[in-house]
Amino acid sequence: MVSGNIEDKHTFQKKAFIEITNLNKWFQDFHVLKDISLSVKQGEKIVICGPSGSGKSTLIRCINYIEEHQTGEICVDGIELKGDLKNIDSVRREVGMVFQSFNLFPHLTVLENCTLAPIWVRKTSHAEAKEIAMQYLEKVKIPEQAEKYPGQLSGGQQQRVAIARSLCMQPKIMLFDEPTSALDPEMIKEVLDVMVDLADSGMTMLVVTHEMGFASQVADRIIFMDEGRIIEQNTPNVFFENPKSERTRLFLSQILSH
Amino acid sequence: MGSAKTNIRNSKTIRKTPPIASTGSIGWIRKNLFSSIPNTILTVISVYFLATIIPVAFDWAFISSQASGENRFSCSSSGACWAWIDQRWGQFLFGFYPESERWRPAVAFILLIPAILPWLIEDFFWQRYLRVFSIAYPVVATILLVGGAGLPEIPTDKFGGFMLNLIVGLSGIVLSLPIGVMLALGRRSKLPLIRYLCIGFIETVRGLPLIALLFVSNILLPIFLPTDVTLDSVVRVIIMVTAFAAAYIAEVIRGGLQAIPSGQYEAAQAMGLTYFNSMRLVILPQALRISIPGIVNTFIGLFKDTTLVIVIGLFDILGIANAMVSNPDWMGLSTETYVFVALFFFVVCFSMSRYSLWLERRLEKKGPHEW
Ligand SMILES: Nc1ncnc2c1ncn2[C@@H]1O[C@H](COP(=O)(O)OP(=O)(O)OP(=O)(O)O)[C@@H](O)[C@H]1O
Ligand SMILES: [Mg+2]
Repeated sequence: MVSGNIEDKHTFQKKAFIEITNLNKWFQDFHVLKDISLSVKQGEKIVICGPSGSGKSTLIRCINYIEEHQTGEICVDGIELKGDLKNIDSVRREVGMVFQSFNLFPHLTVLENCTLAPIWVRKTSHAEAKEIAMQYLEKVKIPEQAEKYPGQLSGGQQQRVAIARSLCMQPKIMLFDEPTSALDPEMIKEVLDVMVDLADSGMTMLVVTHEMGFASQVADRIIFMDEGRIIEQNTPNVFFENPKSERTRLFLSQILSH
Repeated sequence: MGSAKTNIRNSKTIRKTPPIASTGSIGWIRKNLFSSIPNTILTVISVYFLATIIPVAFDWAFISSQASGENRFSCSSSGACWAWIDQRWGQFLFGFYPESERWRPAVAFILLIPAILPWLIEDFFWQRYLRVFSIAYPVVATILLVGGAGLPEIPTDKFGGFMLNLIVGLSGIVLSLPIGVMLALGRRSKLPLIRYLCIGFIETVRGLPLIALLFVSNILLPIFLPTDVTLDSVVRVIIMVTAFAAAYIAEVIRGGLQAIPSGQYEAAQAMGLTYFNSMRLVILPQALRISIPGIVNTFIGLFKDTTLVIVIGLFDILGIANAMVSNPDWMGLSTETYVFVALFFFVVCFSMSRYSLWLERRLEKKGPHEW
């Protein structure tokens, strides 16, 4: 399924961290995800792209069960996602998620946003949660905004806070759903820089994005989706230079032309 | 390039001080009262009305009024006759509560202040201890009012006057908010049974006049109780008023919940917060904040509705006023009596309204609330 050279790249970590087999999902009568199979190893960085409405968001939202799937299997870190609430909770603790619209909690300060889940989900002490939060706020380069409210920050800063907030739960994998598409061009870079740093630190990442520069820089694999199916997946080099399918070629020509 | 820079600097220095007439009291008057011809006309008409009404009212209430005397015949002045206050203020405040025991509701009222302020004001002094005290307060107040623990027992049908309005109003306010929150959440529940129960409750209670609910309360409530329990009439009123207000509050809060974007729910879910915690820590603080005007509006309505206790034979402050107006000694003094009663309600309701404005403004200072 995955070409040989990718596996060589991560010889130290071969365990499949996320294992999706024959996933199908419907919204009422609409078949959004069709027979998706995908396995992600620890430390792998995967970029998912595809035209609007192809089911990219839905796919990554299934991984932490924000969307419910109907058939097929999703295993995260050996835990199967089913209706069992306990399993869902343990998976959510391992999986961080960053949204296109930031979704920071506007009634809490930046620091409180970051300490909320560690305190209430991980039962970390207030002092320790604060320490961890400051550490990650420094990593995303905004420790000085800790006492501000999200509404007082720029879009780029808010998205970096959102990344820090997810990292505070010390997740094993991070999901990103178009983290830069709601941002003005001059702020995209500051967010991508943080994500590159994160990738370099060895985090497992699944990123839905159309930032192809970022994809070729950090991705181990690029997945192209269309109409609810994975059409093609390959290393960035092969994906950009020698796409297999006509659909991918068309998509790339559209996206790279501007 | 250089000249453009100086230009910018120049225009900045010019704008540093606003035009003189737009500041100070003259500026305010010009801007708010005489900004246009219609505005000026309205200002003149309003000033004319105030100038005719205020002196007359002031003269009636204070200058030409009389504040002592045995009965209405001893009032000879052209203004208001306040002589009855001296004789009757106890009844207006405490109803038929025995005079020798009236210190008890008075103490309960004074203790109410430290019990309530630490919830209304953040960072109130001794906040933690006082909040513990406020949790004990309902028990303390009940013992003081009803008796027990060495105090002689006073049957609740002796309760009356403004004390009764406060008891019913405050209990209703304190109880209806959490119940309203639960009904609002229940109405959005994924479990059909809970959802339909909540919808049924809200729509039934909202669809009936409160006065009808009070009339039927002695038929309705025993259905839900064991046969040997009889409910005290004050308790019955509190239950009905609470249920009534809770139905309205539930709808106000449901509106607030609907205004919160789904991304907030999703972010809370994705973090692994439980349903209870995500509501308590993320969703409700925001929904309640949006709903403050509607909630306070409901509370103000609830407080005024406490006068309806008259239909089940209790005498609140309005009931006492009605009784006095038809008393031969004081007959014909309805203006004075009702103005007096109105003042009590106005002070309480206006305070609630100001508090809600103050709270909204203080929350706004925490930065723009956008998603
Ligand atoms: N809650 C929902 N109910 C019904 N249909 C939905 C729902 N959410 C998404 N869809 C539909 O499912 C399809 C896939 O949506 P999805 O958001 O996964 O696409 P996407 O690839 O992320 O697109 P985009 O690039 O625009 O974000 C779309 O056609 C969308 O209209
Ligand atoms: Mg999407």
